[in-house]
Amino acid sequence: MLNYEIVVIGGGPAGLAAAIEAKKNGAKDILVLERDMELGGILQQCIHNGFGLHVFKEELTGPEYAERFIQELKDMGIEYKLDTMVLEVSRDKKIRAMNREEGILNIHAKAVVLAMGCRERTRGAIRIPGTRPAGVMTAGTAQRFVNMEGYMTGKRVLILGSGDIGLIMARRLTLEGAEVLGVAELMPFSGGLNRNIVQCLEDYDIPLYLQHTVVDIEGKDRVEAVTIAQVDDRYKPIKGTEKRFDCDTLLLSVGLIPENELSKSAGITLDRITAGPNVNEAMETSVEGIFACGNVVHVHDLVDWVTEESRKAGRNAARYVSGALKNTGNKISVQGIKGVRYVVPQEIRPENLTGKTEFMMRVDGVYQNVKLVAKIGEEVIRSVKRRHVAPGEMENLMLDLGNIDPKNLNNLTIELVQEEGA
Amino acid sequence: MEKKEMICIVCPVGCHMEVVRDGKSKDGYEVSGNQCLRGKVYGVKEMSNPTRVLTTTVKIREGKLPRLPVTTKGAIPKGMMMEAMKTINQVEVKAPVKVGRVIIKNLLNTGVDVVATRSMEEEARSQSQKVS
Ligand SMILES: Cc1cc2nc3c(=O)[nH]c(=O)nc-3n(C[C@H](O)[C@H](O)[C@H](O)COP(=O)(O)OP(=O)(O)OC[C@H]3O[C@@H](n4cnc5c(N)ncnc54)[C@H](O)[C@@H]3O)c2cc1C
Ligand code: SF4
Repeated sequence: MLNYEIVVIGGGPAGLAAAIEAKKNGAKDILVLERDMELGGILQQCIHNGFGLHVFKEELTGPEYAERFIQELKDMGIEYKLDTMVLEVSRDKKIRAMNREEGILNIHAKAVVLAMGCRERTRGAIRIPGTRPAGVMTAGTAQRFVNMEGYMTGKRVLILGSGDIGLIMARRLTLEGAEVLGVAELMPFSGGLNRNIVQCLEDYDIPLYLQHTVVDIEGKDRVEAVTIAQVDDRYKPIKGTEKRFDCDTLLLSVGLIPENELSKSAGITLDRITAGPNVNEAMETSVEGIFACGNVVHVHDLVDWVTEESRKAGRNAARYVSGALKNTGNKISVQGIKGVRYVVPQEIRPENLTGKTEFMMRVDGVYQNVKLVAKIGEEVIRSVKRRHVAPGEMENLMLDLGNIDPKNLNNLTIELVQEEGA
Repeated sequence: MEKKEMICIVCPVGCHMEVVRDGKSKDGYEVSGNQCLRGKVYGVKEMSNPTRVLTTTVKIREGKLPRLPVTTKGAIPKGMMMEAMKTINQVEVKAPVKVGRVIIKNLLNTGVDVVATRSMEEEARSQSQKVS
């Protein structure tokens, strides 16, 4: 059995930031386990720019952003193992992992940080009718093929789902000479960032079909045609609105799900909305000493927020190991209501609060001129205006809970309120 | 009056802005809705000469992956994207490469360089791969 103070599972931006910050906060033996052949996670395939504006105050591409953290990790002498897949984590923080050179590894840690990221929903998860030929793949798989392996995934492409990966790939494949015929989106709005709609679709005159879905896929060995149709309010295809596209590829960009098989093996409570672990102000899960950060907790659209959240997890894992993290006082539950789908963290222990606490959340629809209102019981503690909110764009709210009498601290809610006269 | 609603794409916040032609203002346009100065600069530019940063890949030999990601070191005119892709796709480099290395100097006379966005070591196995 190997022994470490902190084991970080996943070497993407979340795992890297957590490990670095844990070390900076006094943890000594830290081990990062990564199943891929290199560190950096999903960022290595995100060759477009838009990363790092908040953390580095400059605009970087995914690989550049990753490389800065990888370099820092190496400079600090933090240990890591590549090509190493974690198979199981238990409540008492025993980890079973496997790699080709060492076989099965049994590791015991005082604290664990879960940073496994998320995976893409596949066709099975959304039930598309029609045949099952080659040429149907997730947008992220195509991204890896094109950007890292260097081969094109098709010549005439249709994309289902307007998440960021789909939008980014629409531009990427167009630049590489493919014809992207359109992007079909089930919802009346795109799930992607606005900037991606502008610079990936509008710039290249790629049509976005809102409230449309795929109703048929034709082709025996390879995709030959895909038919989409408009849907009604209950997402049922409307007869007579079908459009048929001759194409050889259908990319699916229908959402990401936090990768939580391991969290389940440890008996960690998951949030029904985020599909990630419930966490407290320290980014600790329902199992003491097991922390989580990044896309495994909730899907982020900005890696900068992943880094910040993960620093918090790393710092607190170090505090947990040294016994500085308290767990004796009362706990406040945090809830998103009325238009706010979820809030992270889901629980707060006032005894551990220093300074302001950041809450991240997503709304359930597109709204203009609204206020995000935080309340303790019936008392409004903060209210901030937002000109425009959308499900594709994560919102954050800083709350100063330190000067509220802990006795009065109970249920905290965050809701959306339409501004008067708007 | 020339007026355009647009979304600032300078950073992922994506502010919703309105740009109105205004002869009296210094830049010739009045921008509103932006949360920072960069948004204003973008709004004016988008009306006069829209530009974009181009990110893509080049072939790399003997690297641990067959593709090296690259970016233009600044924005280039939007209309030049396809031509730029053609030029960049003709390039092939050899590992090892350090992040930031200039891959193409002064792309199509834009004054903008194309640089590597990651480091790539040599692949240990590339020797034997070449033999087979
Ligand atoms: C296509 C796309 C475009 C994006 N565009 C932007 C953008 O423009 N700007 C921006 O700021 N952000 C962007 N993001 C978001 C950002 O990349 C992610 O939020 C960030 O990478 C999440 O980091 P992570 O470490 O949580 O997950 P990941 O990067 O997914 O890393 C998780 C790591 O854990 C490893 N792992 C998983 N399970 C195991 C296991 N059992 N054992 C060992 N290792 C394991 C994985 O191999 C992986 O390396 C984009 C994301 C995608 C997918
Ligand atoms: S105006 Fe500033 S904050 Fe808003 S999107 Fe543009 S760069 Fe970002």
